[in-house]
Formats: sequence, structure tokens, C-alpha cells
Amino acid sequence: MNLTLKIWRQKNASDKGKMVDYKVNDISPDMSFLEMLDVLNEQLVYKGESPVAFDHDCREGICGMCSLYINGEAHGPDRGVTTCQLHMRMFKDGDTITIEPFRATAFPVIKDLVVDRTAFDRIQHAGGFVSVNTSGNTIDANAIPVNKHDADDAFSAATCIGCGACVASCKNSSAMLFVGAKVSQYALLPQGKIEATDRVLNMVKQMDEEGFGNCTNTGACEVECPKGISLENIARMNREYLAASLKG
Amino acid sequence: MSGILNSSIGRKFAMALSAFFLMIFLLQHFAINLLSVFSADTFNEVSHFMGTFWAVQYVMQPILIFGVIFHFIMGFVLEIKNRKARTISYAKNNGAANSTWMSRNMIYSGLAILAFMGLHFYDFWFPEINTKYIQGDMSGLLANGDYRYFEELQHKFVDVWRVALYCVSFVFLALHLLHGFSSAFQSVGANNKYTKGLKGFGKAYAIIIPLGFIFIALFHHLNN
Repeated sequence: MNLTLKIWRQKNASDKGKMVDYKVNDISPDMSFLEMLDVLNEQLVYKGESPVAFDHDCREGICGMCSLYINGEAHGPDRGVTTCQLHMRMFKDGDTITIEPFRATAFPVIKDLVVDRTAFDRIQHAGGFVSVNTSGNTIDANAIPVNKHDADDAFSAATCIGCGACVASCKNSSAMLFVGAKVSQYALLPQGKIEATDRVLNMVKQMDEEGFGNCTNTGACEVECPKGISLENIARMNREYLAASLKG
Repeated sequence: MSGILNSSIGRKFAMALSAFFLMIFLLQHFAINLLSVFSADTFNEVSHFMGTFWAVQYVMQPILIFGVIFHFIMGFVLEIKNRKARTISYAKNNGAANSTWMSRNMIYSGLAILAFMGLHFYDFWFPEINTKYIQGDMSGLLANGDYRYFEELQHKFVDVWRVALYCVSFVFLALHLLHGFSSAFQSVGANNKYTKGLKGFGKAYAIIIPLGFIFIALFHHLNN
């Protein structure tokens, strides 16, 4: 496959940045999208140019590190996959592919296609955990009965890898699918219920302080989420938040 | 409870509550307008009741005005905040791949409805307020002793351009409701086994009510 790539290049956080065109040839349809970018970077390094910076780690779709807005969609045109699992067979020979960083005020560009997603970490720190008091008589989690439906929903919510595709896809750059998933995964389980009130209030407060937008229920986040996190999690967070606000 | 309206979820909730209120009002408005198709006398009597009964005029009407203004102002506030959340746009964005046109353009369909409301108030509400509360005529009667409401309604729909503007506005109303109805339920946390049915009901509401308003406007235009 011979492709034309339109890639966002930005030297650093303060640089204005611009789209730059590149040609890559002899790309195998069996390559992953990141392997295709590796080929481009080898070409650039060979020519003495700066390689395109992009985030990646496990390349198995589980770490949440890769991002990229490809042809107008987070993680590209395929469904239920991260960019590292996106294969070049999804494109045609001669295609022009536009590659941009995830855009959000809360996700500032560090360099090229790399964005700072530590806003998600700060939201997690605000309440996305269960406090464990190691008093010596902690009950085995498996000894606590959990409704099967709740366990399944909690597990589904917990599959969120925090990649930020929801924010990138949302026209409002809302982080509510991410926060909704994190709130839900604990709120549904007995261990998480104890701190549920403080958790949802603190996580939503931190989300708002980070500058994410307001959810207008377009559902784009759910469609583009590589883990298929459901909008039900946002509804659950809304209920949890309203109930927590009334409690004070 | 304090500061709930300063939070993103609190604002969504408030937006949804005002939407529920406006959707119920719209249904009531439609039901009364539909009477004008079947019986001028019944329409006159109900209109006179709504226009003179103290609870409607001094309790429901101020709440309605507040609801309308709140919904629009909150809509603009959310839009401004959302635009700040992404100051650099994508060079290429394929929104149609993951969401409906209606959901992405609520602000524009809302602005079209706001413009329509300006015309609608100019046509009906301002003259009504003038007659009743400035001129002090609460009789609801014409010089010949007949009720004036049906007469005024028919008179407004003589002009084909006004009818066309009304019809186009109702199309925008339908587009707004097609997303707004189910979105309001999601915002208050209602997403469960009934959601699929609720979405279907919402689509029916969003199409039938505006279509009904279009029918009423055309009916009176053609029967003038």
C-alpha cells in the first residue's frame, strides 16, 4: 500500500504546530497502524528529520497509552479497538490519512501527537479507589456475596483503560464516560459503596476543575470507546451525583 | 446540595428538568390548538379560560416564562463552556460516524426555535398582553360579541410566508426534540431496561407534535 499521511507536527507545548504531508510506500495491510508509523519514523530518521512523536506502550490494546485521531475518529475507523490494534487493512491503497492528537483543553499537546492526559490521573486520585484498612482482619473480597448483574456491570465498567478516546470524540470534550465508568465500577460493589458519596462528589469536582466540557448525550464516546463502555455508566454517575449532592 | 448548579452534572440536571417542563407545556399547547381544528367554540372557551384563569395567568405563566428563559440561557452557558473545552478544532472530524446530526447541532436548532418564539410572541403573546393588561380588556370578546381567539388565530395564518416560517420552525422543533427527549432522561440518570421503549416514544413525540402543529397552521391557512 502506498499512502499519503497528513500528520500534526508540533515541536513542543508552546509551538503553534501545523499539518505536514508525508508519503509512505510498500505498507503491508497486515501491519498495525503504529507499525506503519514506525516505518515512517525510520524513513524520517534516515533522512535526518525528527521522527513523529506518538504515545504507545503494550501494543495489545490493554494499557490505554496509544491515542491518535485518525481520519476524524479516535483510534481510527475500526470499532472496539485501540490505535495499536487498528490494522492497515482498514485503509485502501492510495488513501490519504489524517492523523491528529486528541484535542481537548484538558489534554494539552506535549509534542506532535503526544498529549498530556494526567488530568485523568488527578480525577482518579480524587476518589477513584477503595480505601483498605489493613487491620489484620480484612474480609476476603470473594467472601462477600455480590449480585451477578452488579458484578458484571462493575466488571464492564472496570474495563475502561483511560485512553481518553471519549474526550477526543465528544464534541464538548467531556470526560463523563471515563468518570462514569470509574464511579460505576466501585459504586456497584459492596466494598465501594462505603465511600460512594465522597467519591462521586470529589471525582466530578476534579473533572470540572480540569476544564472538560459538559456531556450533551451525543453518544459519540460510547461508539468510539475501544472497550465499549456504555452510556449507562454516565446515567449511573448522574444518579450517584444527584443523590450525593442531596445528602450533602 | 450547595453549588450543585455550578457542577457539570447539576447543570445537565437543571437543563433536563426545564426540558421536561417545556415538553409537557408543548403537549398542552398542542392539545388546545388542535381543538381549533374541530370546534371554534370549544377552542374559544378553552382559550378564554387559559387567558383569564388566575392560576394559569399568575402562577403557570410566570413559571413557563422562567422555564423558557432558563432553558435558553443554560443552553448558551453550556455551549460557551463546551467551546472552551476544545479551543483547537480537528483538521478532520467525522462526527457522522458516531453521532446524529441532531445531537451535534442542538444549539442551532435551539437558535431557530428561539427566533421562531420571537415571531410567535410578536404574533400572539404581545398582542394578548396588550389587550388584557395594558388596555384592560379581559372580556375576550370582539365588538360583535363573539369571542376573539379563533378569529385572531385564523387571521394570523392568512399570510403564506408566515405559515411557511411556522412550518420550517416546527421542523427545527422536531430536530431538537429528536435528540432532546431521550437526552433529558439520560441526564437525570434514567438509563435502564425501559430506555429503548422511551427512545421510541420520544421519536414519536418529536415527530407527531411538530407535525401536528404544521397540520394546524396549514389547516387554518387553507380554510381562510
